[in-house]
Amino acid sequence: MATSKTTIHKTTTWSPGPGCHGGCGVLAHVKDGKLLKIEGDPDHPMNQGRLCARALAMTQYIDHPDRLRYPAKRAGKRGENKWERISWGEAFDLIEAKMKKIRKEHGPESMIFNVGTGRDIYAWVCMLAYAYGSPNVMFGLTGQACYGPRLASVATVQGDFSVFDAAQWFPERFDHPGYEVPECMIIWGYNIHATCPDNLFGHWITDLMKKGTKIICIDPRLSWFGSRAKYHLRLRPGTDSALIMGFLNVIITEELYDKNFLEKWTNGAHLIRNDTSKLLRESDLVENGAPKNFVAWDSTGNTTIVWDAAQVAYRDIKATPCVSGEYTVELWTGERIVCHTAWDEFCNEVNKYPLETVEKITGVPADDIKKSATFYAKAKPAAVHWGVAVDMTPAITPLVTGISALWALTGNLDIPGGNVFARFAFDVVSYALPGTKGPIKLKTEEMDKPRIGADKFMPLNKFYWRCQTDMTLDQIFTEKPYPIKGMWIQTAGIMQGLGMDPKKWRSALDKLDFIVAVDVFHTPTTQLADVVLPAGTFLEKDSFRSWWVPLQTINKVMKVDECLPDMEINFELAKRFDPDFKFETLYDLYDDILKPSGMTFKELQEKGWAYPPEGSSSCPYHRYEKGLLRPDKKPGFRTPTGLFELYSTLREEWDLEPMPHHEEPPFTPVSRPDLAKEYPLILSTGRRSPAFFHTEHRNIPWLRDIDPDPILEIHPETAEQNKIGNGEWVWIENWMGRARFKAKLTPVVPEWMVMAAHGWWFPEKKAAEPSLYGMWESNVNQMIPMNEYGKDGMGAPIKHSMCKIYKCQPGEVTHE
Amino acid sequence: MSKKHEYGLLIDYEYCTGCYSCQVACAQEYNWPAGMGGIRVNEIIQKLPKGKHYLTYLPFPTELCVLCKPRTKKGLPPACVKHCMSGCMTYGAVEDLAKEMTKKPRMVLWVPK
Ligand code: SF4
Ligand code: SF4
Ligand code: SF4
Repeated sequence: MATSKTTIHKTTTWSPGPGCHGGCGVLAHVKDGKLLKIEGDPDHPMNQGRLCARALAMTQYIDHPDRLRYPAKRAGKRGENKWERISWGEAFDLIEAKMKKIRKEHGPESMIFNVGTGRDIYAWVCMLAYAYGSPNVMFGLTGQACYGPRLASVATVQGDFSVFDAAQWFPERFDHPGYEVPECMIIWGYNIHATCPDNLFGHWITDLMKKGTKIICIDPRLSWFGSRAKYHLRLRPGTDSALIMGFLNVIITEELYDKNFLEKWTNGAHLIRNDTSKLLRESDLVENGAPKNFVAWDSTGNTTIVWDAAQVAYRDIKATPCVSGEYTVELWTGERIVCHTAWDEFCNEVNKYPLETVEKITGVPADDIKKSATFYAKAKPAAVHWGVAVDMTPAITPLVTGISALWALTGNLDIPGGNVFARFAFDVVSYALPGTKGPIKLKTEEMDKPRIGADKFMPLNKFYWRCQTDMTLDQIFTEKPYPIKGMWIQTAGIMQGLGMDPKKWRSALDKLDFIVAVDVFHTPTTQLADVVLPAGTFLEKDSFRSWWVPLQTINKVMKVDECLPDMEINFELAKRFDPDFKFETLYDLYDDILKPSGMTFKELQEKGWAYPPEGSSSCPYHRYEKGLLRPDKKPGFRTPTGLFELYSTLREEWDLEPMPHHEEPPFTPVSRPDLAKEYPLILSTGRRSPAFFHTEHRNIPWLRDIDPDPILEIHPETAEQNKIGNGEWVWIENWMGRARFKAKLTPVVPEWMVMAAHGWWFPEKKAAEPSLYGMWESNVNQMIPMNEYGKDGMGAPIKHSMCKIYKCQPGEVTHE
Repeated sequence: MSKKHEYGLLIDYEYCTGCYSCQVACAQEYNWPAGMGGIRVNEIIQKLPKGKHYLTYLPFPTELCVLCKPRTKKGLPPACVKHCMSGCMTYGAVEDLAKEMTKKPRMVLWVPK
């Protein structure tokens, strides 16, 4: 690569580097093996030449003096910051020996494999874990409360996930002839800045606003969207599910829903027994009837008709199923029972939330809810974009299924400008998100049995191939039903970012015999490992991505010292752990995964990116009508009934509430008035900074300059009551602990809430314990609990805790 | 108008999201140390009646902005303009940009050099 000429390389961003969920096109200017500059690729349909601050700061990142540049093993005690340089050969041998010993003595499930958010390495961590034989791949947040729960919840009722439509499916984007700009967009708990969450380019929304899209912003903070919204609904954190019930109440009361969709594409007409409150099944009607088939009342023949789930149709195609009413049905036992429809049940649930009630719970004026819901329902088309706020509450499924019902009932599902099914381009799956299965699997289903939480929580069992994080942490201490002996942590920050109650994680790590950390820089987490491996950035690897569209390659344009790309590290070890590992080279594996696209890795790399053709299952629109979603090619959805399930059949089977509703989270002034006396403020966290990806980039000078300190946003009146001035250091404290932040007095937060920045540690501070890069000073997670996750093992109260604030005393601040 | 101050930057601050791309793009292009650079982004919170507020971001060109002469000479857009995530910055002749300003409100025209 040594040349004196500057060469320009096209590639795609994903993880190490900007850190994000990636997908945009960039041009890397390289000279003599050094990165000179990075620019947005004007030809790339996703970003069209634009680029975020973090990617533009790459020259300060790639060549940063603190980069990990060679493998090292611990030379002192854990946390002493004493390291000995070793070769890759030594590192692989050491890891192989240690992990094989654990596998032999305790079983493969005794190793946990931890990954961070939306990383390019999920596929390759699974590859390594599965080759080793462990099903325990862990996303370290309590209740896995980011994105995965949303996907699993949506999969339960509509089969496939769906996202707002900004014409991202087509290379010509907004010029695509079938595309329509949404008239209205709900932005639910998401702030723009420079985030491109979940493979959606955040600023597509500003593109749409310029084209006329009007915004309904749901956010307690005055965000950029909030300022520009037609309606800004500033709800109390944690009451989102009450708000969605209010929206549904308006669209049902005002009859603003799509009756044709309700009758034809939902299970609204299916009967529910009044005696058991369960769905009436064919097996109730006829002695050998299928329990997977359901029953409706036909108004033409005045009799029952069977919904044949395998055929995705009623047995009598001429029947007219009733979506409302009570009917008496004779069971095969001769018993006569009264039934009502699932739609009536749904409406009854929604009727529990008149707008006055919703106003009382959420704090949002009833009139604003009514106007917003009406505007959304009447707008054609209308879309919803949601942020991680919806996952960060224990009752995530009742909330998410409510929002899904909103877009479905208003006829906005898989239409131009609505919420469009998002499938992996060409159905090439490397990163198997909840709801999808990829070719990277455990060898046998039996091997998945010990996955922590999978037997207890059915959404994890059926959709979400991770272990339950809170249970995993507890199991490290209890060693029941089996001991956890080691952890593989790859570009993830269990100490400084993902881990709530980090003190508990700190003691958990001490219980482990062996910890490997793979990362780009040392962090509080890597400091506690036994072996640290240096990962390459996105510019140092060949890879590909198929997270929605397009299908595209990430291209190796440089090498930095001994750093190796994550997937090359994992590939080498996978071969060592699995004698049957069937691939010689990483490229053989890539070609295998890419098969459904009809391209090899090299062929795709030459193209750069490829969009699935129209008429294929990964290209919109109206796919449920065209039979493009289900493996059997029948029209319908990939759900057990083949219908959009307003009343979830799976959740009924799992003994979980089958319909949306509100549950008050565990730590709010409403659920815990006792705590509110001492901790009167709502503590929220997680607002995004354009400078950082979660815990990263505090060591990049251009970025740190934008956002130098851990900020606590306080309303000026609240600050005055607490005698706090702008820029002063303050303590946030609750029953779990305290941490200090720099006060920013700003009316963007309501008087009753403070917003603490997340992910703070100080790369410039001392690495060795007890400092651990100052990670205990300003880590808000110290006030957020583990083990408060939802009934289905997912979701957790991360954005709504409680606290008090007070000024730091002189001498308590070591930042300045 | 004097020949010397012919070009400017038009900012549509209705759409500036405070993404800071302009600030870092300039720092990268001219290798400014942190804290310096051709453009700084500001947050402005306006108090409105009925307890409401409005949040605006506004990029402000500093003494160090050279209007990307080395780039524009080659026909390239300024680094900040090229990377603006919102596409809310335009570089051009002051007269043309002034005309653009008549088409929509919430615009500001900077002539830094
Ligand atoms: S955050 Fe967006 S613009 Fe920045 S690198 Fe990631 S995908 Fe590209
Ligand atoms: S025009 Fe060029 S020099 Fe001026 S702020 Fe923009 S990038 Fe910097
Ligand atoms: S790049 Fe554009 S949107 Fe971002 S801060 Fe600068 S002017 Fe605003």
